[in-house]
Amino acid sequence: MSKISGNHHEDRKNIHILINDQELTVPEGITVLEAAHEAGVKIPTLCHLDLHDFQLYNKTASCRVCMVELVDAKNNRNKLVPSCVTKAEEGMVVRTDTIRAITARRMAVELLLSNHPNECFTCPKNLECELQALAEELNIREIRWEGERMDYPKDMSSDAIVKDANKCIFCRRCETACNEVQTCGILSGIGRGFNTFVGPFANIPMVESSCTYCGQCVQVCPTAALTEVYHTDKVWEAINDPDKYVIVQTAPAIRVTLGELFGMEPGTIVTGKMVSALKRMKFDAVFDTNFGADLTIMEEASELIYRLKNNKTLPILTNCCPAWVKFIEHQFPELINVPSTCKSPHIMLGTIVKTYYAEKNGLDPDNIVVVSVMPCIAKKAEAKRPELTKDAHNNVDIVITTRELGAMIREAGIEFDRLPDSDFDSPLGETTGASVIFGTAGGVIEAALRTASEWMTGEPLERIEFEELRGMDGVRRATVKIGDQELKIGIASGLGNARHILEDIRDGRADYHAIEIMACPGGCIAGGGQPYHHGNDEIVKKRREAIFEEDRRKKVRKSHENKEILELYKNYLGEPFGQRAHELLHTHFEERERI
Amino acid sequence: MQIKSLEELIKLKQKSLGQVALRLHRDNTATEKNILVCGGTGCLANDSDKIITLLNNLLKSRGMAEQVKVIRTGCFGFCEQGPIVKIEPDNVFYVRVGLKDVKSIVDEHMIKGKVVEKLLYEDPQQKEKVHTQEEMTFYKKQLRIALRNCGLINPEDIYEYIALDGYQALAKALTQMSRDEVIETIKKSGLRGRGGGGFPTGLKWEITKKQEDPEKFIICNADEGDPGAFMDRSILEGDPHSVIEAMAIGAYAIGAAKGIIYIRAEYPLAISRLNTAMQQAREMGLLGKEIFGTNFDFDIRLKYGAGAFVCGEETALINSCEGKRGEPNYKPPYPAEEGYWGHPTCVNNVETFANIPAIMSKGAEWFAAIGSESSKGTKVFALAGKINNVGLVEVPMGTTFREIIFDIGEGIPHGKRFKAVQTGGPSGGVITEEALDTPIDYDHLLEIGSMMGSGGMIVMDEDDNMVNIAKFYLEFTMDEACGRCVPGRIGTKRLFEMLQKITSGKATVADLDALKQLAYMVKDSSLCGLCQSAPNPVISTMKHFWHEYLAFVQDIDHPQGEGKYVPKNKIGLKS
Repeated sequence: MSKISGNHHEDRKNIHILINDQELTVPEGITVLEAAHEAGVKIPTLCHLDLHDFQLYNKTASCRVCMVELVDAKNNRNKLVPSCVTKAEEGMVVRTDTIRAITARRMAVELLLSNHPNECFTCPKNLECELQALAEELNIREIRWEGERMDYPKDMSSDAIVKDANKCIFCRRCETACNEVQTCGILSGIGRGFNTFVGPFANIPMVESSCTYCGQCVQVCPTAALTEVYHTDKVWEAINDPDKYVIVQTAPAIRVTLGELFGMEPGTIVTGKMVSALKRMKFDAVFDTNFGADLTIMEEASELIYRLKNNKTLPILTNCCPAWVKFIEHQFPELINVPSTCKSPHIMLGTIVKTYYAEKNGLDPDNIVVVSVMPCIAKKAEAKRPELTKDAHNNVDIVITTRELGAMIREAGIEFDRLPDSDFDSPLGETTGASVIFGTAGGVIEAALRTASEWMTGEPLERIEFEELRGMDGVRRATVKIGDQELKIGIASGLGNARHILEDIRDGRADYHAIEIMACPGGCIAGGGQPYHHGNDEIVKKRREAIFEEDRRKKVRKSHENKEILELYKNYLGEPFGQRAHELLHTHFEERERI
Repeated sequence: MQIKSLEELIKLKQKSLGQVALRLHRDNTATEKNILVCGGTGCLANDSDKIITLLNNLLKSRGMAEQVKVIRTGCFGFCEQGPIVKIEPDNVFYVRVGLKDVKSIVDEHMIKGKVVEKLLYEDPQQKEKVHTQEEMTFYKKQLRIALRNCGLINPEDIYEYIALDGYQALAKALTQMSRDEVIETIKKSGLRGRGGGGFPTGLKWEITKKQEDPEKFIICNADEGDPGAFMDRSILEGDPHSVIEAMAIGAYAIGAAKGIIYIRAEYPLAISRLNTAMQQAREMGLLGKEIFGTNFDFDIRLKYGAGAFVCGEETALINSCEGKRGEPNYKPPYPAEEGYWGHPTCVNNVETFANIPAIMSKGAEWFAAIGSESSKGTKVFALAGKINNVGLVEVPMGTTFREIIFDIGEGIPHGKRFKAVQTGGPSGGVITEEALDTPIDYDHLLEIGSMMGSGGMIVMDEDDNMVNIAKFYLEFTMDEACGRCVPGRIGTKRLFEMLQKITSGKATVADLDALKQLAYMVKDSSLCGLCQSAPNPVISTMKHFWHEYLAFVQDIDHPQGEGKYVPKNKIGLKS
């Protein structure tokens, strides 16, 4: 007899159930699925998703893939129940291995496949698809129910997300992520009966909706119903165009996740291998978005001090995250003056490349192509924003995700795990620990405080790591003492959490000085463009640890101590938050409708 | 005028009694007469409103407007023979009255006192004219509790409802009974949910009452969706106050202050009569604050459904009330625990409610004495299909199919042979000749592979092909499925396609096997009752009419109709 006690179940009463003849003692309130898992009995699932750290619980019980047989010997009326939502009860007798249960589970998947495009070979989710894996796991060898299939056009209207309703299995994970976690309310069930799928209200094109393109829906979609817009071919084209000078930059959070795409343990730091791979792919220069992050800190810390000293609008909100920017534009247009006006780090770096770097190296900015490798889908749409593209010398040309970079490395025939380490190119390659932690929630504000603090007090920081700002909780409030001033800091990751903070600000209930907001729960390490975590939030925790490890490895851990940054200001930009900096490194936002 | 006590209500009843006296006392010496004209949707569609106008005009021109009152009532139930006109106190029942007949009703019957023979109902068996409602076979075996006021009173006149003891049950409950006593009465009566599931109503109230939440809701499910069923509509059109009174009683019992009637927008007449009735009830203080001088507050709002069948499922209905997609949730939690916006919510069907005032007035014992062992009271059925007397019938539980179809319904038209009857709408199964003597109640129906459902009863004759019947129902449930769960969304579609393949003669015996397997899987695995019961028509027709399936099949190894086929694979089959 085995005893199961998960951490969060310890204070509950225990009950006794029987699963496949195994006697179990389990805490009351646990589901049959959880109990079976603890007992080493695997029940397949599809729609079910339990991301505790993201507060994402998809309990639609709609796929019917986890059906088990509840034995009712007394009345001779056994029945099938979905184990993901059925609570274990005292004396319950469960069988997962009866022919009735096995057949029901298999037929549920068979039915799904009968209405699914048979294009696994060319599908963007090939070998990443949970439906495909399930078909293999359940030993499906034929589909006996041929018939009509859904036939909707793909929605390719946005620059970020592709919606292919024909691949929608209506698990509603995206809807839960969009409505309950992100509170954007874009995705919901449309149609009824056989023609049901998930999409924006009235199935308007995604681009017309208030979608922030955070990509959390893409991250949780088990199939390829929601994927990013692919830009890998454009990158190959640019690389192979002899007239183009192609520069690639990689965001802070890529180096701790890219390895996963090559079978490495989550949390493996692959910065050096990543740079090597990019160089082998024949990019003309490989820069680090972290440089842009350090630049952002120079500007943002200056802006914070400026606002503090001059009694300007407080709190200041960080705006590195384009999904978050779009969220405030749609959902809180009245607060549009609160965020910092800084461009996001990769856009800043793109600007510097096409101005400072181009001048310095005698390059024609028209021939420079800047490619950003981002953990993010929203960055694709950000790079196309009119105010960021109106000046061709001033922008990022192509954004690809971590996953797309992984695909390109494989395409190039590079054995990633056997690569040696290389360093980023200079002069836009030197970076600090401060910029690395941009990759996780709380990192931007911590980086900003490392700099602001020294500037405000004029004294070196005793303690570089602001532990009080770290944690996986969705909303974190902390007071940081800088000299004789106490700064109230708010950190929110996940747009639902952001909404709480914004409502507090709007309704005058908050007295923060600075707030960091990231659209994705946990920050960029869990971004929509990152390797699929497949419902395992432990992976995200390991990525987070790796980010802090990378910070600790850095000799320089404060943005204002980055020598190349200081040189850039000295030789080109002038004062931080000064006139030149404003022209090149700052932007503006616009009020948008909520649809 | 506000009624603040039972005494005031009884006084008002006495005062209003005169208005309906002619219809109750059969006083042949009275000089006044009432002409009751059916104002149900069926009769209205056959110009009964024009008949009323014409009657009034004619009576006026004959100088009889004072003595003869024309009353638009609710449904009489005998829709086959509509429009129906009944003359009181003469107790003469005219059927199939047309505009051209109005003159003879006024000139012959009203002026000369002669019954218009040609408008009387002719018994198809005896070939004789029948004068009164009570003598008609259609009504003889009926017992009207839920429909007690339909066809008797003017549903738009609260005084007529009050004259027939209306709102006295509420008054007694509020002023003389504790909440537990009300629940106890309903529990003792044995009333079970008339929406189909048959859950004991008193128990549902008790569970809802027990919840600790201070805010609770009571919802009337008027999202009648079974093809062919229209009892709820008829009750709401013919006797809306009975539902309002019952909701107030239920709300008092469970501790709710707010009620919702979820009604199909396609029922405009029922909506209008409900609105009128609620307005009248509010004006009299029967809805609103401090009803009957107690501290009980209660009011009702209407929520229009958009005609989705699945919204009759209580969790889907609640989602729809909240403005969400009309789709069911996984139960538990049941609405009685967590319903409308998370608060304990009691959802009862229209017909269930219509029984409540009668039970409260006449007592639980009276009600429990009617019906069968496990199912008390009466049930209203909508009789349709290949049957002589189409209409609404209310019979005691335990009445047999034979009695309903061959006595009340007077059998199959054109001398055809009875083949089967479908109960429970698209969720039920077919019942064959062997089962005709089954007493109809919740449990017996389940035993023979069907269900009560909301009370649709569709009769089929020898010309009906049962595979086509199964296909017809499948098409309905396939279209009406919400799409949430895989078996409901894709399974019903594939079942329908398979049936199409069979009826088009392209199927093999292996397809029949696959069909059967899929039918059981959809039944086993679907999320809510709609799709769990959607395969019932397939399963029951396969059980009783296997040879009709085989007749469609092409396999040369299995000659048509011989039925020697043994399924190759018994996985999941337990028929």
